[in-house]
Amino acid sequence: MAVKQSRRDFLGMAFGGFAAVGGAISLVAMKQTWDPLPSVQAAGFTTVDLSNMEDGQLSTITWRGKPIFILKKTADMKKNVNRDVVVGNADYSVMIGLCTHLGCIPTWAPSTLQFKCACHGGEFDENGVNTFGPPPRPMDIPPFKIDGTKLVLGETGPEYEKLVAKA
Amino acid sequence: MAEITKANGIGDWFDQRLATKKLAKVMMTEYWIPKDINFLWAMGVVLVVLFKILIISGIFLLMYYKPDVNLAFDSVNYTIMQEVEYGWLWRHMHGVAASLIFLVIYIHMFTGIYYGSYKKGREMIWLTGMALFGMFSAEAFSGYMLPWGQMSYWAAQVITNLFGGIPVIGDALVIWIRGDFTVADPTLTRFFMLHVLLLPLVIILLIAVHFYSLRIPHVNNQEGENIDFDVESEKYLAGNKKESKVVPFWPVFLSKDFFVVGIALTLFFYLTFYHFNFAMDPINFEPANAMKTPAHIYPEWYFLWSYEVLRGFFFPVGPIAAMDIGLAAFGFANVIFMIFPFLDRDPIVKPAHQRPRFKIWFWILLVDMIVLTVYGKLPPIGVNTWIGFVAAMTFILLFVALPFITKKDAGGAK
Amino acid sequence: MRELKVLGVVIFFTLVVYIGVEPFAHSQMHPHVAPADFAFKDLPTQTKTGDANKGAESFMNAGCIGCHGLKSQGMTSPFDDATASASFGVVPPDLSSSGLIYDTNFLAALIKNPAHALNVEHKFNENKPHPMTQFYGLGGDIDQEVADIVAYLKSVAPQKIEDKELFQDACQRCHSMKYANITSNSDTEALTKYMGSTPPDLSMMIRSKGKDYLETFINNPQKQLKGTAMPRVGLTEQAQEQVISYMENTGDRKKAERDALGPKVIGFMIIFTILAYLWKVKIWREVH
Repeated sequence: MAVKQSRRDFLGMAFGGFAAVGGAISLVAMKQTWDPLPSVQAAGFTTVDLSNMEDGQLSTITWRGKPIFILKKTADMKKNVNRDVVVGNADYSVMIGLCTHLGCIPTWAPSTLQFKCACHGGEFDENGVNTFGPPPRPMDIPPFKIDGTKLVLGETGPEYEKLVAKA
Repeated sequence: MAEITKANGIGDWFDQRLATKKLAKVMMTEYWIPKDINFLWAMGVVLVVLFKILIISGIFLLMYYKPDVNLAFDSVNYTIMQEVEYGWLWRHMHGVAASLIFLVIYIHMFTGIYYGSYKKGREMIWLTGMALFGMFSAEAFSGYMLPWGQMSYWAAQVITNLFGGIPVIGDALVIWIRGDFTVADPTLTRFFMLHVLLLPLVIILLIAVHFYSLRIPHVNNQEGENIDFDVESEKYLAGNKKESKVVPFWPVFLSKDFFVVGIALTLFFYLTFYHFNFAMDPINFEPANAMKTPAHIYPEWYFLWSYEVLRGFFFPVGPIAAMDIGLAAFGFANVIFMIFPFLDRDPIVKPAHQRPRFKIWFWILLVDMIVLTVYGKLPPIGVNTWIGFVAAMTFILLFVALPFITKKDAGGAK
Repeated sequence: MRELKVLGVVIFFTLVVYIGVEPFAHSQMHPHVAPADFAFKDLPTQTKTGDANKGAESFMNAGCIGCHGLKSQGMTSPFDDATASASFGVVPPDLSSSGLIYDTNFLAALIKNPAHALNVEHKFNENKPHPMTQFYGLGGDIDQEVADIVAYLKSVAPQKIEDKELFQDACQRCHSMKYANITSNSDTEALTKYMGSTPPDLSMMIRSKGKDYLETFINNPQKQLKGTAMPRVGLTEQAQEQVISYMENTGDRKKAERDALGPKVIGFMIIFTILAYLWKVKIWREVH
């Protein structure tokens, strides 16, 4: 009697286990259904031509649904070797324009050379470095590649790797 | 307040709070099913599995589908079918399962008719079952609209037009159902709501009642024998498994169900991957065009018998228009199955092969419904229209005759 | 035993319904048509051998570039798409690949009588002429001149062409294919007026019509859709295969993945069923 029962259990367990494996594989397929679509991943690259920018001009573009600040720095703006993006013979501040506190978009004040966040009073300098208030770190630098006078966001180039290494 | 003691194991912890042991006995290990059954008795579980597949595949389709006349077609045929990882799989599974579930519903229904599983205490099972058929029909119809192909649009146009046949309020009713003068965006979004929320909830509720209504009268058996479940279950629990006329739902009945489900799903997946045009009609891969009716228009196969009854009456009788006769016949056909238990005047539960007149009646009905189904698909030209008429009349006459022939059978048995 | 009989009955009636509703009904709705004729037997066969060099001259003298471009030889169309659409109803196709993708006899017949070769004589006659004027010859043997022009077109055509480019050359002047990011280059309003109805987007046509239908349809639209305004474009068998392949890749991109996954899932279910059967037998042995 005991032998018969354990044999039945084994078969039942093998059957149940096999079915469970099928269930697990379906879960993997279901997970993949939620992956970002090819069109979304393809749209993750934006090219910006910087050649027409003027000194001191702040350009805001969109990359992956986020605002990107590109500031062409003037002579009297502080240099920052750890964050400056050099394209051609000009320095640029390039950052994701979202406050690192809770994600609001800070406003650029050219008179004081500051980014000020209205949500909780955070302040960043012209390099995107946090100077006052709750933001815990400077505004993030997006992955970029320099292509002549163009900046390609979404792809990483050697200049980006260097900045990341310095951070 | 229940007496809670220190639990000896997690099973006992749940049992003290939720009576899980009692629940398992009632629902599973001591839910008694007759032994004298065949694989047709497994159709219920097959239906549950197919419904589960519809819900799960539906959930994934829902993540990417856009219920808007400008976006729907592409959201299905581009985004889901060609961009989303395995999106094509969910869509194929959903379409094939929807078609297959109706095949199993018809098999399940005709099993009930054949073995008399709708009378002597089982009327509620039949009524909830027919209500489920109605709800599934509405679910299928609303779902078919969503891809917004040519068939989606024109099926919606034709079926909503039917309500115009209702006297007095007909025309206003049609506009109200559509939310617009013609089938348009408001129609799509409200049928989307029905398909995705309201009807599934109603169906799940009905399934629960359907299962509950089975408990007290118990499942029927191949001979229609009136089993004393108390006596037989005692035998089984005493260890007399071979003599007992019953088996427990778990593991015995379900073990056979799983095997039948395995065969059903093997067939299901073969169809899903390699042979799906019957479930996903090519005409619906053309975007909806309100200015162009397709050359051939027909509903999904499971509606064809009903559709043929509708168009079977193609000539007026006196002052009554053909269209109105057809509509009345269509209404009759869809409602008459509901009152089946009350049309059968023989109170004894017996399989059809033991009821001489009913047996003939049953096979004529089955053949008639198949003729209606096939002719519902064929173009209504020439001799097809006459065959359709004869088949539709036969259907109505069969049901008119049912009370009489069952009474005769019952009288004969005495 | 009885259960097998029951199974037999169920399978029988299911098959009757299936066969009646699917293969049988569809054969009634779509009667069988003759297979595609890539020899275009209804058109005359060329009798002359063409000289490509003479053809280059004849091509210029015939005035083809008055409407058509020949990009590969540096000759662009004199019209921009909008003007061409307004003038002709449709943008005349560029001829760079025509020597490769269209049948030789067809091209010859087309040049001599466009409406006839294209099979649109039910739409065009003396009162409503086809936008492409007939070639009346340059004074010599018209058949020789036509053969020369066709030989010239063949000589400047590429050896091979990508599916997408072929589709664009042969179909894009009327049809869009949204899912491949291809829009018809003719103006929709002008085109609709010219054709009588808007040529449908072809993104999902492979699934709404199926490969078999398209094979006979593209080769001769009148065969499947009598009275249609769509011209017979005269694609060679190879070219048509490429077009259909392109339509498959746009409308049924996941076919290969589907065909590959099928055996794995069905195989899984077969093993599932076997295990279920073994377990069922074990369990029921105690109760029989």
